Amino acid sequence: MASKGSDPSSGENVIPSAIKILIAGGFGAGKTTMVGSVSEIAPLSTEELMTEASLGVDDLSGVEEKSTTTVALDFGRITINDGLVLYLFGTPGQQRFWFMWDELALGSLGAVVLADTRRLETCFPSVDFFERRAIPFVVAVNCFEGAHRYDPEEVREALSISPHTPIVLCDARSRESSKEVLSTLVNHVAETVAAGV
Amino acid sequence: MPDRHETDPGSPEAGPLVRPYVMTWGRQRSDAVQLDMISVVIAARRAEVDEMALEPEQVAILDLCRRPQSVAEVSARLDIPVAVVKVLLSDLIGRGYVLARAPYTTESPVSRDVLQAVLDGIQRL
Repeated sequence: MASKGSDPSSGENVIPSAIKILIAGGFGAGKTTMVGSVSEIAPLSTEELMTEASLGVDDLSGVEEKSTTTVALDFGRITINDGLVLYLFGTPGQQRFWFMWDELALGSLGAVVLADTRRLETCFPSVDFFERRAIPFVVAVNCFEGAHRYDPEEVREALSISPHTPIVLCDARSRESSKEVLSTLVNHVAETVAAGV
Repeated sequence: MPDRHETDPGSPEAGPLVRPYVMTWGRQRSDAVQLDMISVVIAARRAEVDEMALEPEQVAILDLCRRPQSVAEVSARLDIPVAVVKVLLSDLIGRGYVLARAPYTTESPVSRDVLQAVLDGIQRL
């Protein structure tokens, strides 16, 4: 294991399992900033090809006539232990790309909805999305400099967030602050799991 | 042009240079082994690889997968769209060159132990 030059992981073919948390919110709410502040790697960006006319259809024949678009996803990684890796995915901000959220959302541990107090309404759709799918989430109010500081309860009222959903203030640029948001989410998931049994 | 991301993604100039089915020999998503964006893949150590039978992109994938990677990481690091990576990988898996592990899904609720491990991992950062 300790020998240099060899690759211990492939040598034993031990494959870690992965789990994901989504970071959602409106365009410019700080999703990629939050991913970057806690990720152990520089955030990566992957592009998914989307054929708009083929949604929900496997057959891609005739694709030439349809418009193809690409959607960028930013993500980061946190190695939990030898057997577990956590991925953080920033969801696409534009509303028209929401069809790909279903694959993203499938199997996710939970979500952080980043609220931008300058444009609080831009996180409405994210809140709605996770509520409908019963995916546990927390709302993290990203405190931009110079923006009005809201009380979390004001945000709860403005967004009609259920009393069970945690709302926290954060600074997405700060690792400590983002860690606190993620910890709040995982604790909330644990409570949700316990309550659901 | 200050920011390329401002380009309308629906405009023709934003389209891919190579159609995905060129790289995948026309195979489609439905042929693929069920891979998720966060399925973790790793090159099988004992496999004797016939590189001549592979696409250059597949050789690059094998090289990258000497360490465990998620499908999304392979896609990002090689700059190949996720859907294409999935097809290339499923072929490599079919040949026994690559092993994959499915992620946690909603069908298998996360255990308390895993949640505690995640919490500990976050707090260690």
